[in-house]
Amino acid sequence: MTAATTIDAMDTVMVDSGPSEQDAVLDIRNLQVFYATPSGDVRAVDNVSFKVQRGEIIGLVGESGCGKTTTAMAILRLVQPPGRIAGGEINLDSVNLADLEGDDLRETRWTKLSLIPQGAMNSLNPVMRISSQIKDTIRTHEGRISNRELKERILQLLQLVGLPSRVYDMYPHELSGGMKQRACIAMAIALDPVLVIADEPTSALDVVVQRVVGETLLDVKERLGVSMIVIGHDMGLMAQLVDRLAVMYAGRIVEFAPVESIFNEQLHPYTQLLIESIPSIKEKKPLKLTEGLTHDLRTHMQGCIFQLRCPHVMDICREENPPMRALRSRHETACHLYDDDGIRLH
Amino acid sequence: MSELTLGYFLRRLGMWLLTIWIGATLIFTIPRLAPGDPITAMVERMIQQAGYIENSADLIEAWRARFGLDGPWHVQYRNYLLSMVRVDLGYSLANFPARVTDIIGRSLPWTLGMVSIATILSFGAGNLIGALMAWRRVPAFIRNILPVSLTFTSIPFFMFGILLISFLAFKWKIFPAFGNYGRGVEPGWNLDFILSVLHHGLLPVLSIVVTSMGFWALGMRGMMVTTDGEDYMILANAKGLRSRRIFWFYGIRNSMLPQVTALALNLGAVAGGSLLVELIFGYPGLGYFLYQAIISADYTVIQGIVFMLIVGVATAVLILDLLYPMIDPRITYSKGQA
Ligand SMILES: Nc1ncnc2c1ncn2[C@@H]1O[C@H](COP(=O)(O)OP(=O)(O)O)[C@@H](O)[C@H]1O
Ligand code: SF4
Ligand SMILES: [Mg+2]
Repeated sequence: MTAATTIDAMDTVMVDSGPSEQDAVLDIRNLQVFYATPSGDVRAVDNVSFKVQRGEIIGLVGESGCGKTTTAMAILRLVQPPGRIAGGEINLDSVNLADLEGDDLRETRWTKLSLIPQGAMNSLNPVMRISSQIKDTIRTHEGRISNRELKERILQLLQLVGLPSRVYDMYPHELSGGMKQRACIAMAIALDPVLVIADEPTSALDVVVQRVVGETLLDVKERLGVSMIVIGHDMGLMAQLVDRLAVMYAGRIVEFAPVESIFNEQLHPYTQLLIESIPSIKEKKPLKLTEGLTHDLRTHMQGCIFQLRCPHVMDICREENPPMRALRSRHETACHLYDDDGIRLH
Repeated sequence: MSELTLGYFLRRLGMWLLTIWIGATLIFTIPRLAPGDPITAMVERMIQQAGYIENSADLIEAWRARFGLDGPWHVQYRNYLLSMVRVDLGYSLANFPARVTDIIGRSLPWTLGMVSIATILSFGAGNLIGALMAWRRVPAFIRNILPVSLTFTSIPFFMFGILLISFLAFKWKIFPAFGNYGRGVEPGWNLDFILSVLHHGLLPVLSIVVTSMGFWALGMRGMMVTTDGEDYMILANAKGLRSRRIFWFYGIRNSMLPQVTALALNLGAVAGGSLLVELIFGYPGLGYFLYQAIISADYTVIQGIVFMLIVGVATAVLILDLLYPMIDPRITYSKGQA
C-alpha cells in the first residue's frame, strides 16, 4: 500500500528538475553540536544547514573526525554526554526534533527516522534472535499484532534485503558481517520511516560484501522511495547510490551538490583534494592532504576553516568565513575563490 | 545453535563426577595422613572418663572393623568408595547408633533452603541495585540513596550476624537467638510452622544477604556501565523502545552473563560462609552439625558433611553450566566451551 504511494512520490521527484521547498523531508538549520571537554567545547558540528528531499539520498563524506556521525546522532537525538546539541533546528516532516522530549521523541524514533548503524558488528543484541529484535521494535510502536502476521512481515523484510528465512531464528553471532548489516537494513525499514540514516554502512565489510550491501541499499531505495542520508568515505558507493553529496570538513559542510556535478567539477579546494586522493575515481595518486595541520576544533576559527591546509588561501580567507553560495545550478560551495557568478578569481 | 547436545551433557557430568571423586579421595586421605587414629583417640577418651575399660585393645580392633578402618589401605579405599556410591556414610563415632546419613538428612534441607534463598535474594537484589546505580535514566536522587543499602558490605558477615543477634535477639527479643523453628510447633504444612520457620530463618538469611549483595551490586554496576556504551544500546534507543525494555532485555540481560559466571565460581565460598552463619545463629543445618562433629572429633560425621558439601557445590555448578548456554547463545553446547 505504502509502496505505491512512495513510488508515485519518487516519480514526481524524478520529473521535477529542481526540488521545491515543500518537498523537504528533513530541513536542518544552523545545527551545532558541541562536546564538553576540560579544555573547552569541541565544536564537532558547527552551523550545519541542509535539506533532504522526499525520496532523495544524500551522501555525507569527509575525513574521519569531521563530524559525520555526530550530525547523524544529532538528527536521531542520540548525542551522548559530554556532547550536546548547542543550537539549531532539525525539522523532520515539519516537526523540530530538537524540541521533542520523552514519549513524543521516543514515538518519533524509528516510525519516522531510523538508523543503519556504523558498527553493524556490535549493533545487534547478542542474546536476542534477529526476529525478536525486529519484533520488539514493531510491537513497541504498533501495539499488539498477532504472531502470525508479525512473522510474515518479518520474513518479508528479510526477503526484501536478500536474507534467507532461516535468519529469522538466528542469533547475531551466527551471521556474517554482511548478513548482520542487511539484518540492520531490514530492521531500519520495518516501520516504513520517511528517513533512514546509514552511518558508514559498508566500511567494516570486505570489498565484495560492500558491493552487495550497497546494492541492497539501492534496492531498498528504489522499492520504498525512502529518503536516506548515507555517511561514508567510499566514493564508489556514493557514486552508485546517492543523488546529492555533502562534503564536510571540521564540523561544517563546505560543498553540497548533485553527485554528477561534484564528480565533474569540484569547486572547493578540500573537495578537490578529497576526490583526487581516491584511487578508484582517477588513477592512483598519493593523498595530497597535508596531515597535522587541522585546526583545533575547540577554538572558534576566524575566517575559513580550511585555511591551514588550503593551497589557494588568500588574505580574505583569514578574516571572513565564506558563506555557502550556489555557484552552479544546485551546486553550493563555501569558498572565497569564486565570485558571486561562480567565476574563479585566480 | 544452542541445543543441549548429549556430548556436552556427558562432558559436564564427567566433570561433576571427577570433582566428587577427587573430593572423596581427599576426605579419605587427609585423616589417614594425620598421626594417631580416631578410634584409639576415642577409646582413650572413654578410658579417661570411665577410669578403666576392659580389653581396650579388643574394643579398638572391633570398632576398627566396624568403621572400615582395618585392612590394607587399598581395600579400605575400595570399600570407602563403594559405600559412598551406596550413599552409606557409616555411623557417627560420637553418637554411635546414629547413622551419618540420618544426621545429614535432618540438617541438609535446612542448609539447602537457607543458603539457596539467601543466595537468590542476595544475587537478585545486589544485581538490581547495581544495575539501577549505573542506569542514567534512574532519577539521580534514587541513584544516590542506593549505595546506602551497600553500607554493610565492608563488614564481615559473621560480625554482622553477631550484631543482629545481640540487638534483635538478646536485647530487644524480636527474633529467636537459635533454632530453625519454635518449640511446640508441629512440623508440616501449617501456617504456624511456616511462620515459625520464617521467623527463625530471617536473621541468618538477612546477615548473608546484607553483607554479600554489595559484591554483586558493584560487579553489576561496572558491567552495566560497559554495556551501556555498546552499539546495540544506542540502536535500542534509536529504535524508540521503552526505557524499561532496554533496561531489562538489553542492559541487564547482557550484563548478567559475567555475573552468573562469578556466581558459579563463588558457590564454594557461599557454602563455606553459610556454615559459619549457621553456627552463629545456632541454626541446625550442616554447618552447625559440622561444628559439633569437629569439637567431638566425630570423624565419620565430619567426612560425611564435607562430602555432602562437595556434592552440593559440584551439583550447583553443574546446573549453572548446563543453564549457561541458554542465557548466552554465543556459548554453544556443541563446542563445549563454557
Ligand atoms: N565523546 C566525545 N568527546 C569529545 N569529543 C568527541 C566525542 N565524540 C566525538 N568527538 C569529536 O567530535 C568530532 C566529530 O566526531 P565524529 O562525529 O565521530 O566524526 P566522524 O563520524 O566524521 O568520523 C571529532 O573531532 C571527535 O574528536
Ligand atoms: S575560502 Fe580560502 S582558504 Fe577557504 S577553501 Fe576557499 S580559498 Fe581555501
Ligand atoms: Mg563516524
